[in-house]
Amino acid sequence: MSDAALITPLRAAHAPGPTPLLPLAVRDLTLRFGDTTVLDSVSFDLSPGGCTMIMGPNGAGKSLLLKLLHGLMAPTSGRIDWGGHSAHAATPRQALVFQKPVLLRRSVAANIDFVLKARRKDRARRDALLEHVGLAHKTRQPARLLSGGEAQRLALARALATDPEVLLLDEPTASLDPASILAIETIVAEARARGTRIICVTHDLGQARRMADEVVFLHRGRVAEQARAVDFFPQPRSAAARNYLDGRIVV
Amino acid sequence: MFAKPLAAAAAALLLTGAAFAQDSIIVQSTTSTANSGLYDYLLPIFQDKTGITVNVVAVGTGQAIKNAENCDGDVLLVHARPAEEKFVAAGYGTVRIDLMYNDFVIVGPEADPAGVGGMEDVQAALQKIAGTGALFASRGDDSGTHKKERALWSDAGIDPTTASGDWYRETGSGMGATLNTGIGMGAYVLTDRATWISFANKQDYTVQVQGDADMFNQYGVIPVSPDKCPSVKVEAAQTFADWLVSAEGQAAIAGYKVADQQLFFPNAPQN
Amino acid sequence: MGEALGLAIGLVLSGDADLAEIVGLSLRVSLTATGLACLIGLPIGALVAIGRFPGRSAVLVLMNALMGLPPVVVGLLVYLQLSRSGPLGFLGLLYTPTAMIVAQTILIAPIVAALSRQVLEDLHVEYAEQFRSLCLTTTQTVQALIWDARYSLLTVGLAGFGRAVAEVGAVIIVGGNIDHLTRVMTTAIALETSKGELALALALGMILLVIALVVNGAVQTIRMSAVRQAHV
Repeated sequence: MSDAALITPLRAAHAPGPTPLLPLAVRDLTLRFGDTTVLDSVSFDLSPGGCTMIMGPNGAGKSLLLKLLHGLMAPTSGRIDWGGHSAHAATPRQALVFQKPVLLRRSVAANIDFVLKARRKDRARRDALLEHVGLAHKTRQPARLLSGGEAQRLALARALATDPEVLLLDEPTASLDPASILAIETIVAEARARGTRIICVTHDLGQARRMADEVVFLHRGRVAEQARAVDFFPQPRSAAARNYLDGRIVV
Repeated sequence: MFAKPLAAAAAALLLTGAAFAQDSIIVQSTTSTANSGLYDYLLPIFQDKTGITVNVVAVGTGQAIKNAENCDGDVLLVHARPAEEKFVAAGYGTVRIDLMYNDFVIVGPEADPAGVGGMEDVQAALQKIAGTGALFASRGDDSGTHKKERALWSDAGIDPTTASGDWYRETGSGMGATLNTGIGMGAYVLTDRATWISFANKQDYTVQVQGDADMFNQYGVIPVSPDKCPSVKVEAAQTFADWLVSAEGQAAIAGYKVADQQLFFPNAPQN
Repeated sequence: MGEALGLAIGLVLSGDADLAEIVGLSLRVSLTATGLACLIGLPIGALVAIGRFPGRSAVLVLMNALMGLPPVVVGLLVYLQLSRSGPLGFLGLLYTPTAMIVAQTILIAPIVAALSRQVLEDLHVEYAEQFRSLCLTTTQTVQALIWDARYSLLTVGLAGFGRAVAEVGAVIIVGGNIDHLTRVMTTAIALETSKGELALALALGMILLVIALVVNGAVQTIRMSAVRQAHV
């Protein structure tokens, strides 16, 4: 039985905030650490709905961009405007799934309980959430004994427990086996189908082709290209993206 | 989140305090009396008769007086007459009554480096110790014994503190600790006879100097005054002091023996 | 040594009532003090662990320095407060087990605070970003850190308990070493030493050591089961 087959649909949908977070407007976003410029005057817009993949070679600043969008860091200069909210104000209405899940030293169930309690959500949803990510049979297990794929599914369940309007994913399937990748992509696709806006950083070209509605391609801290997925993959406009897709680019 | 357990803990603390028995008194006394085992013998007799629990805090006479002046005791039972009289004169005690006495002795190692063994004249003995530079361990803690020892040195015309750290070693500790230290370094020690008789770690030490009238060690009992210390348990304290100096209490004191030797000699004035 | 060992075994086997009373009071006083010190020290340690505020490094230095508080100084300070002539004298707590608990709590709360700060800060480095992403409040963060580090914090509590149960300087001043009231293992050892009963003193010391071994062994067992559960 594949992991994907374990997954059952999740009914609960997020309750929208007072004003929607999308569209997102990023303007002249710059991030420097000392003399090193990581993000250099990045600007782009995202419209409501769908899945945007942030791509680019290592060191392009993708993960840091995600943290800036989530309000975990402050930029050196520039603006992030989530439908009139600052990144910091938008944090509670978003969830970020890290590349390496940070799980509490508790049981699988307790990891979900913790978030539901902390965020004052309905505690009864725990079992449904765990069933949704295919972990219903592991509720009592210590979370830190889960396999990589299971741990990431638990992290996803925890993210979904907060009913996010925007789901940010930072290379969520890096170093996972194909079945785990499929399981996670399925969960994310279902969230997208329920109206959750997906923004995902990835290095996995296959994943990007399967999931993306739109691609933002970063290169050397700048937006090299923003395009619809149907246009980007067959015919990238920027030289950087072309080289990357051909497997030729190094920074 | 931690407020509740803290409050509960505070409440529990206060309850423990309140549970402290009403019919009990605190006697500020000296290590020499407590270490001799006298209280372990006397107090059960007194408690059987009166139902009053006596709690003894055994410290040096100096600290005992200080604690009583802080109202942290109901009765003072020490052995430093001038300091006791000062305590009463300052209004901290109602009255000072002679209770009992024993005597001081100088103990030393078998080798007897100063050659004072068998001497009666304490002044001559101290002069000999100072003259030969043999080690002498002093309490150095302003206790009754320490005060007595300094008076004896002064009578002998010697200021041993000029040799402090050389042959004159001030331990700054109780009687038992000073004996342990003194015996450890082979020094002479001035101690009250009661402590010495009941002391268990004698090794090769024996009494070298004894019998001088100057070595007389008088104990007094003083109920703490309610004028200075309203918290004092006047009645129970008075009951205890009265019993100690009564014919019955005096007989009990005389009846306490260690190794068949009487340790304290009652001498309260009898009407 | 042999004599002391024989005495120790004899005392334990004979079920000596005085010994049981003294051991019981030692445990009651020091365990209560450890519990209170944790209630005070853990939140302080946690707040300093996660907090970034001006003067933080000064607080760290102070916390670490207070770990070296001499028991006799703590005893003296508590005595001056609880003495009938002191500001808290009206409580009538001097020469009670409560006074001893207060003194030991003050003695070991800095140890609990300083050591738990280290443990919790290490864990916070791992959790911080995830917690900020989840928008946890400071209270929620502190609670989660303390709960998740609970097995490591047991060792911290143990360090505090060890210092409390072994110290004599503070409890002898505020407790007075009163027989059947405030006499604990360490003050009894000090008393027997001053009586020259060295073998008995050493025997009591051996019993104290065994108690410490049992407490440590129990905590170690709990920790080991936690390791098996991957909670550490």
